[in-house]
Amino acid sequence: MDLSAINPLVLVASLMVAATPILLAAIGELVVEKAGVLNLGVEGMMITGAICGFATAVETGSPLLGFLAAFAGGAALSLVFGVLTQVFLSNQVATGLALTLFGLGLSSLMGQGYTGIKPPPTARIEIPVLADLPVVGRILFQHDWVVYASLLLVAGVWAFLRYTRAGLVLRAVGESHDAAHALGYKVVRIRILAILFGGACAGLGGAYISLVRVPQWTDGMTSGAGWIALAIVVFASWKAPRVLLGAYLFGGVAVLQLNLQAAGIAIPVEYLSMAPYLITILVLVIMSADRSRAALNAPASLGRSFHASS
Amino acid sequence: MIRLEKRPEPSRFWTAVTPVLAVLTTMIAGGVLFAMLGKDPLESIRTIFWDPLFNAQFADFARPQLLVKAGPLILIALGLSLGFRAGIWNIGAEGQYIAGAICGAGVALAFYPLDSWIVFPLMVLAGALGGWAWGMIPALLKIRFGTNEILVSLMLVYVAEQFLASMSLGLLRNPEGHGFPGSRNLQEYPAAANTEIIAGTGMHWGVMTAFLAVIAAYVLLNRHILGFHIRLAGQSPRAARFAGVSPPLLVAFCLGTSGALAGLAGLFEVAGPAGQISIDFNVGYGFTAIIVAFLGRLHPVGILLAGLLMALTYIGGELAQFMLGLPAAAIQAFQGMLLFFLLGFDVFSNYRVRRVTSEVA
Repeated sequence: MDLSAINPLVLVASLMVAATPILLAAIGELVVEKAGVLNLGVEGMMITGAICGFATAVETGSPLLGFLAAFAGGAALSLVFGVLTQVFLSNQVATGLALTLFGLGLSSLMGQGYTGIKPPPTARIEIPVLADLPVVGRILFQHDWVVYASLLLVAGVWAFLRYTRAGLVLRAVGESHDAAHALGYKVVRIRILAILFGGACAGLGGAYISLVRVPQWTDGMTSGAGWIALAIVVFASWKAPRVLLGAYLFGGVAVLQLNLQAAGIAIPVEYLSMAPYLITILVLVIMSADRSRAALNAPASLGRSFHASS
Repeated sequence: MIRLEKRPEPSRFWTAVTPVLAVLTTMIAGGVLFAMLGKDPLESIRTIFWDPLFNAQFADFARPQLLVKAGPLILIALGLSLGFRAGIWNIGAEGQYIAGAICGAGVALAFYPLDSWIVFPLMVLAGALGGWAWGMIPALLKIRFGTNEILVSLMLVYVAEQFLASMSLGLLRNPEGHGFPGSRNLQEYPAAANTEIIAGTGMHWGVMTAFLAVIAAYVLLNRHILGFHIRLAGQSPRAARFAGVSPPLLVAFCLGTSGALAGLAGLFEVAGPAGQISIDFNVGYGFTAIIVAFLGRLHPVGILLAGLLMALTYIGGELAQFMLGLPAAAIQAFQGMLLFFLLGFDVFSNYRVRRVTSEVA
């Protein structure tokens, strides 16, 4: 084994790339859950975004159009969830599972004929002056634009939930839909908008995997990233800045695990590949062990159907 | 203006009718999907739902397959339905299925080449225990720490898949397999093989177990206090607590039982139709069983019928792939669609749709 082959600079830089898909999906799901909706279909929306983005980028030659298509594809699939749970009042857990099962099938259907193709490269942005800084410049300021967009998105969501009136209304709907309804807020409309936002973010996250991180199309390529994103929302106790922390932590684990594989550590590859999933479980256990805190932070109406019985 | 009015309890009529409506709607929507793929919709639907059973050319091969595919689906879905009724969501049956198969095959390979009647019963026991243990991980974490069982059971699927790869490349690899991944073929080891009970029907010990499990689940849910507690906990958690139902016990029972049943399904599969532990041993029965459980209305008899129907779409899908070149993924999307329509139509079971003429206030 040759641990010196692992370059810490490259490690941190690739950590940001590995974390970005989970970060995008998790910040979207955070908004959905803040509105009181539990959408377990993140995995399905991510993989649908991955193929929509990939196919569009390959056909048009433009990664930007690819990401736009992924945005639209994820949102479109989430609309199915939104209509079923908000209008037809179906069980959110079951519908979310259905979304994942359907998304996996649909994406593999759409992806026929796209395996083994390389997508057009996504542009890197070297932030002037800062990119030339020693050490830090290479780690932080020489990424593609999606990495920066995801960071802006986290900041935006944080500010939106904390400082705007619309954010307050959204949180009110998530805490007590009956009270929000009594105050005259359109619970169903607000929730569907939140679900659409979550779907679009998950779609972007998926496209980042197929267009930048891998970059290729294979069936089921998100391999649980959507579920890890759901776990990160719990880890973050529904706070935007901590979603960032959680996603980068998991990105770190994923990258370190890959680097250890490459360095030929004595642990078999299969056991190293288990690491991200086992650590997710461990983190969930630690977070939920403190029951009072976990219960305090979860939106009070999370997962409950809203039916205005006048 | 249309308004939904909550029913005091779900309508029995609509509960029975929605699965049929959902299947019919899925056939129409599936036809549209197949037409978009450039296939003749009517011919595709006929190939999937009719030809495997009644076309003289394929029926001899396809009919036994119906039981072979339905067996594991029914067995897993029955276990899942217990938890789903009580609001305990085990969605990691795929992992428990793998764990059962590895443990069962491990026992068989440990005894190889001993020829004794004891081998097969021990494998069955090991398979059930393996699945049970895998299912008890989320159960114990939920009881002790309040961890979300949905996420933990799902994460364990990915862990189990990696473990399966490690086993078929390492410990359980066939020493006479010239270095190829995968274990010995249990079909060629008579004491461990899960053979057909009646030749030519597809009826192996796993299918038999599935049928017995249907009866056991029916008795449990309708005639036993534990079954009553499961239903009570799902319908009214608060009332259940007053009635003295212990939530930890329920969690352990539901996740443990569904794990054991999924483990059994895995064992019968590895000793029978699949024959060996290999990297691609699992084919998604654990996830399809979720659809089966809902389509069967979480009712044992319903699950039996839903399992047979879902098995039919698998076989018909393979036939359509072979005859019409329909992609395999189309069937997966088709099955997902079925669950959507079912959940959507369920609004009629729980709500009454009323036309409201606007009144003057």
